Amino acid sequence: MMKKKFKLKDLDCANCAAKMEEGIKKIPGVSDASVSFMTQKMTIEAEEEQFDEIMKKVVSLCAKIEPDCEILM
Amino acid sequence: MTKKQKKMLARIIVTFVVLAVLVVGEHTIWPDGTGSNWAAILIYLVVYLVIGYDIVYKALRNISHGQVFDENFLMMIATFGAFGVGEYSEAVAVMLFYQVGELFQGYAVGKSRQSISDMMDICPEYANIEVDQELRQVDPDDVEVGDIIIVKPGERIPLDGVVMEGESLVDTAALTGESVPRKVQAGNEIISGCVNGSGTLKVKVTKEFDDSTVAKILELVENASSKKAKVENFITRFAKYYTPVVTIGAVLLAILPPLLFGGVFSDWIQRACIFLVISCPCALVISVPMGFFGGIGAASRLGVLVKGSNYLEALAEMTTIVFDKTGTLTKGEFKVSKMYPKNVLKEELLEMAALGEGYSNHPIAGSIKEAYGKTLDLSRISDAQEIAGHGIRVRIDGKETLVGNEKLMKEETIDYIPCKENGTVVYVARQGVFLGTILISDTVKEGVKEAIRDMKKVGVKHCVMLTGDRKETADQVAGELGIDEVHAELLPQDKVAKVEQLLKKKKGKEKLAFAGDGINDAPVLTRADIGIAMGSMGSDAAIEAADVVLMDDDVRKIASVVRISRKTLSIVKQNIVFALGVKAVVLILGACGMANMWEAVFADVGVSVIAIINSMRTLKVNHKAGG
Repeated sequence: MMKKKFKLKDLDCANCAAKMEEGIKKIPGVSDASVSFMTQKMTIEAEEEQFDEIMKKVVSLCAKIEPDCEILM
Repeated sequence: MTKKQKKMLARIIVTFVVLAVLVVGEHTIWPDGTGSNWAAILIYLVVYLVIGYDIVYKALRNISHGQVFDENFLMMIATFGAFGVGEYSEAVAVMLFYQVGELFQGYAVGKSRQSISDMMDICPEYANIEVDQELRQVDPDDVEVGDIIIVKPGERIPLDGVVMEGESLVDTAALTGESVPRKVQAGNEIISGCVNGSGTLKVKVTKEFDDSTVAKILELVENASSKKAKVENFITRFAKYYTPVVTIGAVLLAILPPLLFGGVFSDWIQRACIFLVISCPCALVISVPMGFFGGIGAASRLGVLVKGSNYLEALAEMTTIVFDKTGTLTKGEFKVSKMYPKNVLKEELLEMAALGEGYSNHPIAGSIKEAYGKTLDLSRISDAQEIAGHGIRVRIDGKETLVGNEKLMKEETIDYIPCKENGTVVYVARQGVFLGTILISDTVKEGVKEAIRDMKKVGVKHCVMLTGDRKETADQVAGELGIDEVHAELLPQDKVAKVEQLLKKKKGKEKLAFAGDGINDAPVLTRADIGIAMGSMGSDAAIEAADVVLMDDDVRKIASVVRISRKTLSIVKQNIVFALGVKAVVLILGACGMANMWEAVFADVGVSVIAIINSMRTLKVNHKAGG
């Protein structure tokens, strides 16, 4: 299990943050996730071996919900 | 303002000017018939695109991604609707007003985010390491345990450590809220996040950055927003249903009345558009978490870490508080105050007690050893056995010796002389013969009496004290401090049971807090609704298990944090009532045809902005007892 934090740029909508959080939690292999509108940070806890793959899914999911928001890796 | 916001501002100004000209023109130059004036429509369309092209673009893009019900889409539908029924100026104006609101909202959120992060600005940027007699700045992450770092005056201490050389005053305000600087010198422990005052310090690092105080605090505060309060969860759930329900309402409003009662379509579509504009729950989705975030920020500025919005919410409903006596209400600095030897000399009594407690790390043992003052020859001791809640049975020079309380003496049927004085009484016996009594007393912490009075003022009805001490001592301390209920002579495991009893007694929404310094307290801290731990004296396990941590162990801050939580909750509730109230009123008026687009946009972004500004009030801390 691995926990990683990412900074988010231009996360302008609180509702989107909530949607992103919900969506990321549903990705298989993710055990927990939080997207904080206030701190502009995203925390993802997931299986270590699958992490890179999961991150790809996270990025495409976020691009769908809030295309302006960028995940800084 | 960011670049993006400046660009938006320019668009707003241009649109405003053009729109003003057009509206004036509509009333003077072309008094009637503009509705069918194609030139005018074209100009309105251009202005509309200037102010709203990004909204339309985002709406279309999000639809292609399967995200239909977002505010962009709703604004697009609402303004297109206005265009469709010939209200061109209104369509542009609504979009303009919406963008003004969005801009202001973004600005306000950015501002408050900034002020919160400024407040949490305790993260050190670099550490100085001496390499080849030259100072080099490195990332605190790269420093290892055992490395020596140099902290210059005015710099932030990057990692936890022990001072090797130098003397200085350090400012711990960012961590503890304490404004008086603390003096440190060689041999003292020093925590990261504090600011070094006057002198240069050479510090030996004892913890890696990730384990150091500053990293832990930042993590706690950042994670605090993931533990959501009931109100927050309610808003999230509410938001999920609110938008679809209002949108469906809008569709029904547009279709049903004209079909059933033969009304004019354009009239009802206009009313439906009003619904769409109000259908975003943004005001609540932003302002409620922001209120809690601000409240947690305000508490941390006072040196109180609240580990989640749910705990802040619980603090506001706290009516019972249970204290562990030692280390929480009293200093936990036990000193030998009196000795009553029997059959032996004072020195021998103390020596026996010190040897008896030789392997124990109980605070009482510490003070006896301290009073003894000489190095202990531990080889004289054998078969040491600690009997929880009673004391110690040990062989000293081969002779069975008992060091402990009344219970131990009674159990072993020693003919002892009971001591009725206040404090912790330690009896010593050797081979069945009573050797005497050592009296150890603890002193009450400064300000505890006021703290309890303050807590009662903010609505805590019942103060309870739990202690392993004798009843007489406990009663005396309780009387002095104004505690309502005392349970003395408890074994560590009894504390959980007592707290459980108290938990059963409280009614409805009332919450119970337990405050302890942590040694053996972790289970009780977890069991209570709110576990409050002492940060500087408490053990790591207790800080981990606790929900609220008092960084400087000052019990007075409990009342302050209760005030902060009440204020936060009331602001959050104001926002909910205000936002839902305005939205409901405008929805009803809109359905009846008595509200226009302007009111609808106000009910959307206007309300958002007001709620955000209101939420920012949670950030303000009143350091005095008021607030």
